[in-house]
Order: sequence, then C-alpha cells, then structure tokens
Amino acid sequence: MATMLDSRTPAPVAEKPPVKARRRINPLQWNVAGGLAGWLWLAIVVVPIYWIAVTSLKLQDDYYDANPLALPTDPTLENYRFVLESDFARYFTNSVIVTVGSVGPAVLVSFMAAYAIIRGGAGSRFLRTVNGLFLMGLAIPLQAVIIPIYLIIIRIQMYDTLGAIILPSLAFAIPLSVLVLGNFIRDVPKELFESMRMDGATEWGTLWRLAFPLTRPALVTVTIYQGLTVWNGFVLPLILTQSPEQRTLPLALWEFQGQYSVNIPAVLAAVVLTTLPILTLYVIGRRQLLSGLTAGFGK
Amino acid sequence: MTIAPPVVRTAPPGSNNAGGSGSVSWMAWPALIAFTLFGVVPLLGVLVLSFSSWTGQTTDIPFSGLDSWRTVLADPDLPHALWVTFLIMALSWLVQTPLSILIGVFLAARHRYRAVLAVLYFIPLLLSQAAISITYKALLDPNFGLGAGLGFPFLQQDWLGDGTLALGVVVFVVSWQFIPFHSLIYQGGVRQIPASMYEAAQIDGAGRIRQFFSITLPQLKYTIITSSTLMVVGSLTFFDLIWVLTAGGPGGATQALAVDMYQRGFKANLMGPASAIAVILVLVGLLLALGLRRLGGRDQADSQLEGA
Repeated sequence: MATMLDSRTPAPVAEKPPVKARRRINPLQWNVAGGLAGWLWLAIVVVPIYWIAVTSLKLQDDYYDANPLALPTDPTLENYRFVLESDFARYFTNSVIVTVGSVGPAVLVSFMAAYAIIRGGAGSRFLRTVNGLFLMGLAIPLQAVIIPIYLIIIRIQMYDTLGAIILPSLAFAIPLSVLVLGNFIRDVPKELFESMRMDGATEWGTLWRLAFPLTRPALVTVTIYQGLTVWNGFVLPLILTQSPEQRTLPLALWEFQGQYSVNIPAVLAAVVLTTLPILTLYVIGRRQLLSGLTAGFGK
Repeated sequence: MTIAPPVVRTAPPGSNNAGGSGSVSWMAWPALIAFTLFGVVPLLGVLVLSFSSWTGQTTDIPFSGLDSWRTVLADPDLPHALWVTFLIMALSWLVQTPLSILIGVFLAARHRYRAVLAVLYFIPLLLSQAAISITYKALLDPNFGLGAGLGFPFLQQDWLGDGTLALGVVVFVVSWQFIPFHSLIYQGGVRQIPASMYEAAQIDGAGRIRQFFSITLPQLKYTIITSSTLMVVGSLTFFDLIWVLTAGGPGGATQALAVDMYQRGFKANLMGPASAIAVILVLVGLLLALGLRRLGGRDQADSQLEGA
C-alpha cells in the first residue's frame, strides 16, 4: 500500500519502510484517541508555521488590513531584502564559524576518547575515571555554570570574540558524543580489532581504518545533533559577546525583534531566514536528523 | 539539553588483551582537557564564586564568606522562583506526557500518511528557542497578532501581560517545541513491544482501550521514566525561551530559577548570589534525576536506555 505514494520520491534504497508488508494488521491502526491527538497536533504545529510563511511575504501595511491567515494578495520579498540588509549575512557567517569550529573538533576528540574508553577501559583505572567524569558531565546544565565560564573567558581575554562561544560549546558537546560514539564502537566485533592487531596495526591506525568507517553513521548522527544545538544556542552568545559584529543568528534575531517589534512581517522574515538552513538540511537528510535528535536515548 | 545519564558499561574484562591500555590512554586526553577546562572547573568555580561578592565588572574577586547565601536564602524571591520553576515543570509534564504518549502510539503504526505527519510534527524541534519565542510573541500580540487579525476575542487577550496567562503561554510554547521529541521516544518504545502480546490480548477478548492500559502503558514504563527525567530536569534550564518571551515578567510571574540567576548576575551585577542560585539549580537537577532513576529501580538502569 505504501508503494503507491512512493513514486514521488525517487529516493535511496533506505527509503523503504523496514520489515512490514507481510506483517499482520497492527491493532494500533484503529486508534481514535491517538488519531484525534495526531490531527489536532498537526493543526497546532502547522498553523503558526503557515502564518510565519505567509506573513513574511506581506508588506507591513497589508498585514494590518487583511485576514492574517489569508494568502498575500501581492506577495513581496521586500521583508527579506530588509532583513538581509540588516547585516544578516555576517550573522549567518558567524553562526557557521561557531558551529563548524566547535562541533568538528568536539566530535573528533570525543571519537578518540570513546575509542580509548571502549578499548582500554577494562584495563585502565584512568580511563574508567574519565568515563565517569563524562557521565557526570551529562548532568551539568550549561546555564548553571555560565558565570564561571564568563569569568574564564574574561581572564583568557577572549570576551566578545567568536572563540568565546566556540570553546564552551566544544566542551559541552563532549559528554553526550562520547556516550553515543562509545555505544557504537562497542558494537564493532572484537575479532576485527584482534585481526587488525595481528596485522601489526597501531591503535591509531585501527581507530581510523576500522572504527571510523564502521561507526560513520553514528558520527554523522552525533555531528548533526551537536550542530543543531550549537546553531540554535542563545545563552553563550548572549553572555559572552557584546558587539554586533560577533552576533550569531539567534542573538541577532532577538536584537532585530527588539528593534523592529512593530514590523511583524520583517521579524518573521528574519525568523524564516535563520531557520532556512536547518529546514533545508531537514529536507535533505530527514532520517539522519531525526535519529540525531534522539541520539543517546535511542541508539 | 542534557541529563539522565544512562550507564555506559565499560568493556568487559575479556578485552584485556587489547594491546595494553597505555597505548590508547593518550587518545582520551584532548577531550578530557577540553571538558575539564569548561565543564569541571566551572562546576567547582560556581561553588567558589557563591562565597564571593564579585560584580562581574572587575577582575578582582572579593570573598565574603556566607554573605551571598544569607542574602539568597533570606530573599522571598527564592521561594517564588522555586515555585515558578516547579509550576512550569509540573504543568509542562502534565501537558506533554499524555499527548506525547498518544501521538507516539499513533506514529508507531507504520502508515505512509502518519510518516508524512511525523515529518511536519518534528519541525518545531529544529527551530531555536529564540526563533520560536519571537514567533509566539508576535503571534500573541494583542494588537498586531493572529487573534487581533482574526477577531477571535479569545485569542485577543493580553497573553503576555497577565501573570497566569503568561505562565500558560510558557508551558504551551515548551510543549509546542518538545512534544515531538518525546513522541519520537515513545514511538520507539511502542515499536519495541512484542506484537505477540497484543495477539494474546486479542484472543482473550481485550478491547483497544483495555490493551492500551494493560499492555502499552506498563510496557512503556521505562520509556516514561526516561522521557519524564528529560522533561523534568530539562525544564530547570529553560532560559532562552522564557527570557525572550517574557523576560521573567509580568511582575515576576515567570521568574524561574535560571532567569532569576541571569538577572541577579548579569543585570544586577551580583555574581555571588547568582552563583548561589546556580548551585541550587545543579542540586535540584541532580536530586530530581536521582529520584526519578530510583523510581525506575536502580538495577534496571540499562533497560531504561533500551526502552527509549
């Protein structure tokens, strides 16, 4: 039954729903309460998103006159032009620098640490302690330690730089990344490690030639999850930067709204522009993104 | 978001022959150093700073013993902030959990159209809390928002100007963003329930509702605990959302702990009391996480993870 709709998507093989087909009719099909909740929730999610999209295409004057949910009679990109002229290209670049600069190194060092913990954890008290430390780290909320982070950043004279956002973002991405990557490295069959060792490979070589290819899906997942977290981060830029040149998108959006709060179409165009990159990513790699969102809780 | 540390099992003793652990230990150092500098040191630092009267404006840090703690603990704002935090936590749990379970069960059935719905459901998860809050602030504006344009008197209230309503808006916006996440967790949980259990129940003549309460819910126990832990502990850290939406107002009605901390520290330049509140935030979070974990039975720590 699913194949009929499938023709729309000339998608990769993975697009096929797993198993099913021969499966007995699932009793979950007749689920009245679930169905009601499902459709109601759809409306609750879609109406605001639709409102954002149509409003961002209206002129401020038209917006006040007409029904806010009506399609724009005279769609315009004027709001987008206005937002782009407010230096959003710079904020976008800043967000890219911060995200890439923190998530890249974070995933790399987490991967190495996870490898070390899984490979050497049994024989090394040090590695078990490190593992315990990262587990504890999962429970530290960023907000609660923001004051000492602010102090450290001032002391190392990085206040009001992009690096000030990058360093704590990098550190706080580590615990969950180590946890998830460790879970996947553990699944690599021991025999493969053993045969690498027989072939005289070093641990460093084994890390890259064996563990890396075999855990690539997990690496992608972790990268996406952490990337989304850093991209959407608000607290660190708010506290650790000051000048407009160092703003990332969420902070810029907030400042923009403070400045032009009456011009709702422009504010919403800014909302669209800041989320467009993520939505594009969502369209391209939905599965990876969703598994990334539950990283660590699902595996 | 963070929290709910599921236990990582270190490699079983059998893998001892892995070429000597000394040869891999160095690989853990970069992560260890990075996390120590910006995770562990700040955690200790916040405790130290809670005994200071640092203003945040200067680089010298005068210590003042228990002054900050006395100030904070005697301040009626603290019980108020705790109460607001608790209200947001409890209400958002009450709204999110039943809906997430219902939607999770709904999405667990493998239907093409439900997969399409799921694609739409998850969009809020991708947006920053700043973007979501800004959108709702505009949408709920009594003069320029959706309600004013549509002419629905119900929607036209001063949502963010009234204390009770503002708290409701915070809970709604939290739910709007996070129900998809928890539905996803429940969807995974429901899909792991063996179909044979439902078959047996059908043979015994149990109806749909009976099956839900006798099979689905009990089987989801560990999923519920995981999801609730994330909800409850995560709700302590709502800052972006509240700050952008209401900045703690009106009249302190949405002044949760994290907002209180920010205002004392970075608005009133009282880093000592703000650090004391941060310590309280960490302690409350740990207590809740441990308490919920105990609820699930400590020996079952692993299946909590697998239930998710």
